[in-house]
Amino acid sequence: MADLEALIKAFSGIGVDENSLISILANSNHEHKKSLRKGYSKFFIEDENGFERLHQSTIKNLKLEFKRFRDAVVLSLLHPWERDARLIEKAMKKGPRHYSVIVEIACTRSSNELLGARKAYHSLFDHSIEEDLASHIKGSERKLLVALVSAYRYEGPKVNDDVAKSEAEILSNAIKNADKRKPIEDEDAIMILSTRSKPHLQAVYEHYNKICGKTITEDLEAEGILKDTVECLCTPATYFTRVLDAALTVDADEESKKALTRVIVTQKELREKEGYVPNKIQGILTGSYKDFILGLVARGEN
Amino acid sequence: MATLIAPDHPSAVEDAEALQKACKGICIDILQLDHAIIQKTLLNNEKDLIKKLSEKWLKRGSLETQRENSPKQMATIDVPHQVSFLEDAEALRKACQGWGTDEKAIISVLGHRNAAQRKQIRLAYEELYQEDLIKRLESELSGDFEKAVYRWVLDPADRDAVLANVAIKKISPDHHVVIEISCTRSPEELLAVRRAYQARYKHSLEEDVAAHTKGDIRKLLVALVSAFRYDGEEINTRLANSEANILHDAIKDKAFNHEEVVRILSTRSKMQLMATFNRYRDDQGTTITKKLLGESGDEFLVALRTAVRCFNDPKKYFEKVLRNSIKGIGTDEDALTRVIVTRAEKDLKEIKDLYHKRNSMPLEQVVAKDTSGDYKAFLLTLLGKED
Repeated sequence: MADLEALIKAFSGIGVDENSLISILANSNHEHKKSLRKGYSKFFIEDENGFERLHQSTIKNLKLEFKRFRDAVVLSLLHPWERDARLIEKAMKKGPRHYSVIVEIACTRSSNELLGARKAYHSLFDHSIEEDLASHIKGSERKLLVALVSAYRYEGPKVNDDVAKSEAEILSNAIKNADKRKPIEDEDAIMILSTRSKPHLQAVYEHYNKICGKTITEDLEAEGILKDTVECLCTPATYFTRVLDAALTVDADEESKKALTRVIVTQKELREKEGYVPNKIQGILTGSYKDFILGLVARGEN
Repeated sequence: MATLIAPDHPSAVEDAEALQKACKGICIDILQLDHAIIQKTLLNNEKDLIKKLSEKWLKRGSLETQRENSPKQMATIDVPHQVSFLEDAEALRKACQGWGTDEKAIISVLGHRNAAQRKQIRLAYEELYQEDLIKRLESELSGDFEKAVYRWVLDPADRDAVLANVAIKKISPDHHVVIEISCTRSPEELLAVRRAYQARYKHSLEEDVAAHTKGDIRKLLVALVSAFRYDGEEINTRLANSEANILHDAIKDKAFNHEEVVRILSTRSKMQLMATFNRYRDDQGTTITKKLLGESGDEFLVALRTAVRCFNDPKKYFEKVLRNSIKGIGTDEDALTRVIVTRAEKDLKEIKDLYHKRNSMPLEQVVAKDTSGDYKAFLLTLLGKED
């Protein structure tokens, strides 16, 4: 039935196709809807008491998809400082699997943007970010995360190449000694990554490559947010491409989809490959959510 | 029936820049002027504009004097009601011209101006003589007097940045100066110091601290300078209780859980810390600073104690620094200058009173005995002593 196919399609992307839903369901009578439910086996099962019941998980997922446009709008409306403060607070509360969001914000914002987020956090939550992170996070990520959000990095181009080289060696040693001590808890590594300027860290990245023959991100593959840290600081374009790639797939998980909204709303430049992002968006996103995201990408600045 | 033709969306900044170009040599920092004055004088000729601007300079000088003096009851410097930055700049120029230097004139001007006024004087001097007043003073003066005047003339945030840099770059870094700055300044002031530090030294404060220290002390200092504490009054008593216990356990064990101590001291708001220290004292029957006494060889312990004392009672802390700088043989001019210059516009009066109570002698008397010449005259002026 054409309507059934259209209904399934309306719920098949990231977001929901509101217009299709209106045209299919608004005029749908009781019998018509019954036949839709009977045909939509992915969403409805025959209940023993004689009605077509909606899967519990479907309710949850539908709520998420309907919310997606709303969340994107609110996120894009907020002042960047409030936005980042709220994102950090949420990520902290949700737990270790979400700490990469904290890394993303702390490491890809400018020094003054991060400072602004810290001020907004004061206003919103009556605490400093660092005190909440430090008391909330008990695991090995704590030191690195607190240090990263506390940074007020120098933003000039000046780099001391000798220092960059020796710090590349320090990082290399920290990674080599991973069996004795987790690199994410290595004090020297944390100091380097949380206090040095981004141009300096890019020089460190180059030296590491020369010294070890591999990029530091390759060597940190197994190190979770430590890898994210280095990527965000030294090669942010690679980081964002990776996040978008993970989101723009058919079986992306909820966190990846949320990342899609977050990255597109917060990043001003997504020019990795000409037309890459808009094409993929057309194929996978749907409804008002798709239109909004396409609009953000097309405009190129927030 | 008004005849004024004014644009729909005037930009005060653009107007100011245009006016500045038009009045080169007289106008110094028009961007600080009232939009209202600029609008009003747009239709008048240049002479009127200049007249209004000089009036504005005078008014602003006295306005700022009033604004500065009323909340700062505890400042010691004595600032006149009417100030002309142009005249001050001229007076300083005169003092530096010719063969010698008129140090008394320098002291009598700069020693009686607050931070905002000193900034305007520097701008006026630059505009009038195309020269940096600070560089001129550096070349004319010498010794402890020069160091004191140099620090005094800088903006407070810039001054703290210089003090921090000097402390860090020593062979054996002065940890207590870094701790003093990070713990006694307000969160906004500390941010201003970090910005000023970057502008001056092309590095962040935290990266230089990290590069010049090691071990636990490094962790503590970097965390303290990086803090942007919540500035509110709220206290969580349950939290104060639990963190007082954490501190107690950490100190008792002596096998310090440094991580927790650093966490608490470097992230909590100042009000929360005070509540925690008070709770500690109530629970343990003795203050946390007393408990931290002992191993003076353990630099981490010493640093912790300094930090706690700075949070708990900064005036008492500064009184002790002063007392130590002038007692016994020899004087620690760096410490003496640092405390007087950084607190003269804040709470030096209370510190003086504390000193007097504790030592049964006024601070001015001891400073006069222990120092000499222009350096002495300058310090006494900052201490509020009548000439």
